[in-house]
Amino acid sequence: MNLVNLEIRHSSQVASAICMRGMRRIKSRPVLIIPTIVMPVVLVISFTGAFSSLTRIEGYGTSNIYNWMAPYGALQGAVFAGLGSVGSSADDLEQGFFDRLLLTPGSRFPLLVGTVGYSACRALIPTTAVFLFSLAFGMTVPGGLLAVISLYIATSLLAVVFCLIGLIILYKMKTQRSLMLMQVIAFGALFISVGQVPQSFMDGWLKVAARYNPITNVLELSRQGFLGDVAWSTTWPGLLALASMILVSGALAWRGLKRLAP
Amino acid sequence: MSENRSGLRLAGTQTLELTQRSLQNEFRQWVVILPGLIFPLMMAAVYSSQFGRTLGLPGFPKVDSFLDFILPGSIVQAVSFGATTAGTALALDIEDGFFDRLMVSPVSRVPILLGRLGGAAVIAAGKAIILILIFLACGARIKSGLGGAIIVTLTASLLVLAIGGLAQSMAIKTRSQEAVGATFPLIFVTIFMSSAFFPTALMDGWFRALAENNPITWTVDPVRRLVIEGWSTTDALQALGVPLLLSVATISLAIRSLQRMLRSI
Repeated sequence: MNLVNLEIRHSSQVASAICMRGMRRIKSRPVLIIPTIVMPVVLVISFTGAFSSLTRIEGYGTSNIYNWMAPYGALQGAVFAGLGSVGSSADDLEQGFFDRLLLTPGSRFPLLVGTVGYSACRALIPTTAVFLFSLAFGMTVPGGLLAVISLYIATSLLAVVFCLIGLIILYKMKTQRSLMLMQVIAFGALFISVGQVPQSFMDGWLKVAARYNPITNVLELSRQGFLGDVAWSTTWPGLLALASMILVSGALAWRGLKRLAP
Repeated sequence: MSENRSGLRLAGTQTLELTQRSLQNEFRQWVVILPGLIFPLMMAAVYSSQFGRTLGLPGFPKVDSFLDFILPGSIVQAVSFGATTAGTALALDIEDGFFDRLMVSPVSRVPILLGRLGGAAVIAAGKAIILILIFLACGARIKSGLGGAIIVTLTASLLVLAIGGLAQSMAIKTRSQEAVGATFPLIFVTIFMSSAFFPTALMDGWFRALAENNPITWTVDPVRRLVIEGWSTTDALQALGVPLLLSVATISLAIRSLQRMLRSI
């Protein structure tokens, strides 16, 4: 029993050290975080500016374009954060630091948990940047504190999902270049959802694809408190979608890591 | 007089040879070209399916479908993906020493820049043609016919020269592939802050002012009118003139940067 406790304590120490190493990396090289902050903010500016007239169409859901686009921008920032942490792992893999980690005794699992934890922490930065920027430009929060909590939960967990998806690809391809493929997947998944317009605006294949895309549930979870009150009926499908994606991508990433480092 | 002419001919030949080298490099890594086609097509497919209701908004140009409206914007987006290639490739030549070898060979200086740009312009024209064919197959219509399609293709090539000239100037100044590559998000945002995906008449405030004074809007709007309204010589001239003027300015900047760099060696 004591041995199990010791193993758990050791694993959590390794995972937290890996997570902290990532955060320290950001502190020592702030330039790394600039795209993670700037890109989602710029996307919010672009989408709110270009598509502001959408709110004039009946059924859009809000008359304030920031209330619609800010959660979308924050989720995009979270995806960049998730992929950014995979980029750091890719760097470790190419520079040989990952090999040194593998030489250490103990389970490989904390290596995965630490990276995933880093992505969740990293996602807090763009979420806060987008939230504050949008508030300054007129976003309202009718759902109050619960709305903010829903947003942060959705962004942190989505960063975890995309970090795990990125790791699956990285463990297979073992190169920084795989980031391009990850970006295509991330961009596509977010795009084919209710990011810019509600489902009622869509027609044809997009309507079907958006309905079955789990990102739609995550978006609704993060956006609900900015369109009205936070409701459990909108919250649980989002949480379920996130949990399912984490389970599936987590299992595949773990298998990839075990194949890479048996 | 004849010396000048033979000098120009030689520079032309060298430009063509370096363009060929640039094209060979591009085709060797053809997978890199793909995102430039896939992203705009995906955006066009998504936007056509989600922005159908916007066609009825007052201020939206009269179009048969959103696909017709977005065709010019998609082409601009597609070519912007490869536009910085002329700069990153030049930076790579500087980084790996090929540029130094060119400098000690009897090659005129300007063709070194123009060759790379020529390659990017040819690829852009190819992308534009592919996109036009796909859009037409999906039901879009170019009301100005073949003439309009040719203008759209030429505009795409000229736009790449304009962006590529700027990227080359950066490559010479920074001598870093990474720095030049980092300008891509800036170009992506510049396209978004224009009329490429939505009419400026439906934008508000400072964003609208920014979009209306964006050279991408000055290029996209006449191209769009050729697509959705029909042939107009004024629009054709504007569609070609704006990117042509921009490319003259940015390529001159790149040539000046190169001369300055050579003087400092």
